Amino acid sequence: MTRKQRRLTLIAVAGLVVAAAGALVLYALTDKIVFFNSPSDIVAKHPQPGIRIRLGGLVKEGSVERGADAHVAFEVTDTVASVPVTYVGILPDLFREGQGVVAEGAFDASGKLVADTVLAKHDERYMPKEVADALKKSGEWRGKTAAK
Amino acid sequence: MVVEIGHFALVLAFALALVQSVAPIWGSRTGDIRLMATAAPSALGQLLFVAIAAAALVHAHVVSDFSVVNVVENSHSLKPLLYKITGVWGNHEGSMLLWVLILALFGGLVALFGANLPASLKANVLAVQAWIASAFYLFILCTSNPFARISPAPLEGNDLNPVLQDIGLAIHPPLLYLGYVGFSIAFSFAVAALIDGRIDAAWARWVRPWSLAAWIFLTLGIAMGSYWAYYELGWGGWWFWDPVENASFMPWLAGTALLHSAVVMEKRDALKIWTILLAILTFSLSLLGTFLVRSGVLTSVHAFATDPERGVFILGILCLFIGGSLTLFAWRAPGLKPGGLFAPISREGALVFNNLFLTVGCAIVLVGTLYPLLYEMATGAKITVGPPFFNLVFGAFIAVLLVAVPLGPMLAWKRGDLLAAAERLWLALALAAIAAAAVWWPSTGAILTALGVGLAVWVMAGAVVEWAARIKLFRAPLADSLSRARGLPGAAWGMTFAHFGIGMVILGIVSETSWNEERILAMKPGEVVTIGGYQVKLDGMIPRQGENFSEEAAHFSIRRGGVQVTFLEPSRRMFATRRTATSETAIATFGFSQLYIALGETDKTGASAVRLYWKPLVTLIWLGAVVMAFGGLCSLLDRRLRVGAPVPARKAGSKHVGPGNIDPGAPAAPVAAE
Repeated sequence: MTRKQRRLTLIAVAGLVVAAAGALVLYALTDKIVFFNSPSDIVAKHPQPGIRIRLGGLVKEGSVERGADAHVAFEVTDTVASVPVTYVGILPDLFREGQGVVAEGAFDASGKLVADTVLAKHDERYMPKEVADALKKSGEWRGKTAAK
Repeated sequence: MVVEIGHFALVLAFALALVQSVAPIWGSRTGDIRLMATAAPSALGQLLFVAIAAAALVHAHVVSDFSVVNVVENSHSLKPLLYKITGVWGNHEGSMLLWVLILALFGGLVALFGANLPASLKANVLAVQAWIASAFYLFILCTSNPFARISPAPLEGNDLNPVLQDIGLAIHPPLLYLGYVGFSIAFSFAVAALIDGRIDAAWARWVRPWSLAAWIFLTLGIAMGSYWAYYELGWGGWWFWDPVENASFMPWLAGTALLHSAVVMEKRDALKIWTILLAILTFSLSLLGTFLVRSGVLTSVHAFATDPERGVFILGILCLFIGGSLTLFAWRAPGLKPGGLFAPISREGALVFNNLFLTVGCAIVLVGTLYPLLYEMATGAKITVGPPFFNLVFGAFIAVLLVAVPLGPMLAWKRGDLLAAAERLWLALALAAIAAAAVWWPSTGAILTALGVGLAVWVMAGAVVEWAARIKLFRAPLADSLSRARGLPGAAWGMTFAHFGIGMVILGIVSETSWNEERILAMKPGEVVTIGGYQVKLDGMIPRQGENFSEEAAHFSIRRGGVQVTFLEPSRRMFATRRTATSETAIATFGFSQLYIALGETDKTGASAVRLYWKPLVTLIWLGAVVMAFGGLCSLLDRRLRVGAPVPARKAGSKHVGPGNIDPGAPAAPVAAE
């Protein structure tokens, strides 16, 4: 093979690999991404049961109920609307009523979010950006005390 | 006073960096040797001044000087000494200071050990280092001054985030930064070569040790971070595809590709332009990582700085360096002389294949990491691209590459024979097939697990078979094989270890994801639960007092077949100063597997939430990374790679070390078979 042919082979193979990667990425990006919603979004949109979403807001005061064997139920609120969440497992160390939280999972038929992941805000200064934005939107933003 | 000295030293370092940015390169353009010679002393001076600045900040933290904002926000007088020191880089300002300290360290090392670098190359490299350094000094001094004072000084600090009060913080960020920032040397060499407009095999011999050192640190840093997250976060995960993890993983992928392409360039004088591009891309990804982590642009548990002003500044640095270097590349690269020829099926071809898949893999991670940002900018909706995306797309591509890992080293340079290579690997193939069948047979259906185990065994056995073939194990007398093993170059040992390490990592990942057992339940004292063949009994709760926390520990005795083998004491710590609790996991290692217990809250009935995991072969994930890093070390200690080491006489004729040698003519005779 001449230099030119070799280069063409290389470019063709590389092009094929890149095209395959692109196709797979495009497929996965339509199928495997998870949308973030605030409780108001959920109440407005009523997502289908079984579709994974992330729900962010504050843990509603007085809503945390601990059942047997590490079952936990609580509500996530943006003070306008609130959505019930159930979770089995140990909640993060910083999970507390009135604090920011992100729950990821899918809705069951009764409209409860069955979460398999619960993330709490990270420390005194940091709050998940999506929670902060959702709170800003609903006017519940408390500025510096909540996040910097 | 000490704090002001630190601040002043940092300003001096900035001033020196500015001089170093201009003088040496001016010297190399005009051929002024005195101007070029200023590069080394000013690099060492920078190192000295940044070291003074860092020492001053450490001092302020150790003596708890609460008139310094940084200390107030991140320290507490009762904090143990170790965390007072590590807390220095557990925050935005301090970690940026660590960043420039390591940058200055690498610059200083080039100045010290680059004595036999061609003068103009050395001057250019150090000047480019100084460009990077100047930008980051300016960033620190303008937006993230760690030496800012506060008046009146509060009596007590806010304490360090308890999650960060761990030995992991002492090791993980310095290792990671040594890796991240270490690639700046490869970048500076690449830009210097572009400025000079010439590049030869000798250039690759300069760049490879530096990239290798950075790669070793980055490998260890990522592994350490993964293990830290695993035991600290309490849910047994070791990789989350979190943007911050991706930020360190992308330079690793590109850096791994760089190491492989540098081999081709060094041995065969081919892939020159591509190697230059990779060197630029690798450090660009490090800069991107710094931007993602330090600007708080992504939602991530690591983002402890969320100041838009800083974000814009780093974004500016990012655009300047990536855009500038790529423009320079586009302008100068076409003038570089293309290298040697090779057939598609050859060692070079295999390394090109490696580079193709590593860079595509890196691009996949990049897309997945940045897509949520772009999506939000375009539509306003927030999305998460998480493990399902990366596992599918990245997993599929990297699996193809891993299948090819044992084949590559079996191919000859220039023109190889794929069938012959596969034939020589029959033993590895047989072992892989047996392992896969052994997994598949008892539990038909676990096809992915079987394939994964087969792949892991294939990679590990392939590495061993290749090594055995080199020393003619069992085909020559044993004494002969042993002397061959002794004579193997470090780079060959390095490859064997590194490839074997990848196999270990795959085996650990497959085993952990397929056979991991999880129990989440509420346990009362006296209760027993069985997991992974071990009986775990909660004996009772023990309250304890630590230096700056109080904790409630649970005592578990672990039995197997009625015999107590060990005990575990996970706990929950309450930190009074931040009124936060952390959960400290307890882990017992049996062979390569681990039993993992995390403790939750105790309810009114006295039952504690407990999370138990049985993680078979999980430690292979990190041990594999350590073996890979060890392979890197072997390769780094290779006599032939050591810059300045005398070249063995019989090879002297075929090596081209001279800097002015633009076209090395006939490629170096294939050195051994590596």
